[in-house]
Amino acid sequence: MQPAKFDYYRPDTLSEAVELLTSVDGARPIAGGHSLLPAMKLRVASPAALVDLGRIPDLTGISRDGDSLMIGALATHAAVAASDLAKADCPVLADTASQIGDPQVRNRGTIGGSLAHADPAADYPTLMRAIGATIHVTGAGGSERAIPADDFFVDLFTTALEVGELVTAVEVPVMAAGQSGVYLKHRHPASSYAVVGIAAIVTVDGGSCTAAAIGVGGVTGKPERADAAEAALIGQEPSDELVATAAAAVAESLANPIGDIYASGEFRVHLASVLTKRALSEAFGAGSA
Amino acid sequence: MTSLFTKVSPEPTTDAGVRRITVSINGNQHTVDVEPRLLLAHLIRQGLDLTGTHTGCDTTHCGACTVLFDGTPVKSCTMFAVQAEGHEITTVEGLATASELHPIQESFKDEHGLQCGFCTPGMMLTAKALLDENPDPTEDEVRWALSGNLCRCTGYQNIVKSVLAAAARLRSQGATDEEEGETS
Repeated sequence: MQPAKFDYYRPDTLSEAVELLTSVDGARPIAGGHSLLPAMKLRVASPAALVDLGRIPDLTGISRDGDSLMIGALATHAAVAASDLAKADCPVLADTASQIGDPQVRNRGTIGGSLAHADPAADYPTLMRAIGATIHVTGAGGSERAIPADDFFVDLFTTALEVGELVTAVEVPVMAAGQSGVYLKHRHPASSYAVVGIAAIVTVDGGSCTAAAIGVGGVTGKPERADAAEAALIGQEPSDELVATAAAAVAESLANPIGDIYASGEFRVHLASVLTKRALSEAFGAGSA
Repeated sequence: MTSLFTKVSPEPTTDAGVRRITVSINGNQHTVDVEPRLLLAHLIRQGLDLTGTHTGCDTTHCGACTVLFDGTPVKSCTMFAVQAEGHEITTVEGLATASELHPIQESFKDEHGLQCGFCTPGMMLTAKALLDENPDPTEDEVRWALSGNLCRCTGYQNIVKSVLAAAARLRSQGATDEEEGETS
């Protein structure tokens, strides 16, 4: 399969990249290319020009900044999965990265690309909503914005990014004392995409759950928060019954589920409930250990 | 069928739709003029006649087109050739020398690690990257490393055995080399 023709640009700096994306008609950025290139082969996407971000320095680092990790947009999934900093300060981030695709995909795919593409079956967006990440972007004239994950994902393959804006870094809060996070998915057997993915981040203090965030991916057009399930957990002592009650409430946040040939919308909602139960059990187990 | 690449002429290209790139493949520098939409897998196979790199699914799933990109396995059907400019590519042709097979190839032969052979180049290159980084992997680690390579003959048992055997072979070679180094 051969993509349609396009013009190719390879800027050396972020400002050049932004300039090209705003001035060249129909230009789209490409990093690892593991979402865009397959879409181009299918001619679902036929950008007139590609701006290759692959040679822009300083966008691959992973560092600690106060109570957050700053992940450069060009950090590959393999780099995040192998990062000692991520494994120590935010294990669920490294673990999520290790579940994306397969080893070859993780060697090329980038965190910025995954978030900007906003595939409903991707893994990172679900985690970012649950964990309260902030997406840092740079646009025309070097203007910068910090967009909370809650506002970043708008709909199916649609984000709050304006034309010319590029994701530069993802700010992920580190796990606090008593806090633990789990990401689980029902993996599509061929593509390894999440049929349904669940990210559960819980805090247990003095024997009761004081904070909970549950992200649900793969069921609707964008990652959702399971508000009703979260509310059921707050102030309660973790138990199997509590987890079951919360998991049963997940469906309330999943209006208009999307189905396909592999899994109907109804089945996806069911999977979301089952996986929430497993993710919460594991998260509470880790918190009490 | 129109070609998306040409073996380079001495004159600089004047075609705006074409880009001149130099890529190192198995240690040899290749300078070619390519359309930006040319896939790395097609440059390797049709442009440079290195047909050991197979294209299977063409959708980033099967791993038959796996090559090493600066030492890490990537699927060459999901990269543009222009993205490889200035990088080091290793294909299956880069494993053996003129006189002997690579220990990974020897082990695939001994342990019946291939049936139809279509997935084998990708399997061996992924195995090489694993063993370069982890010379003594567990069976689980081998299976995890190979999880992006599909074998439609479902010959996974012997593929895993082959990689473990290759690891042992490489370790014992390394030990022999060290001993020889000490006595010489």
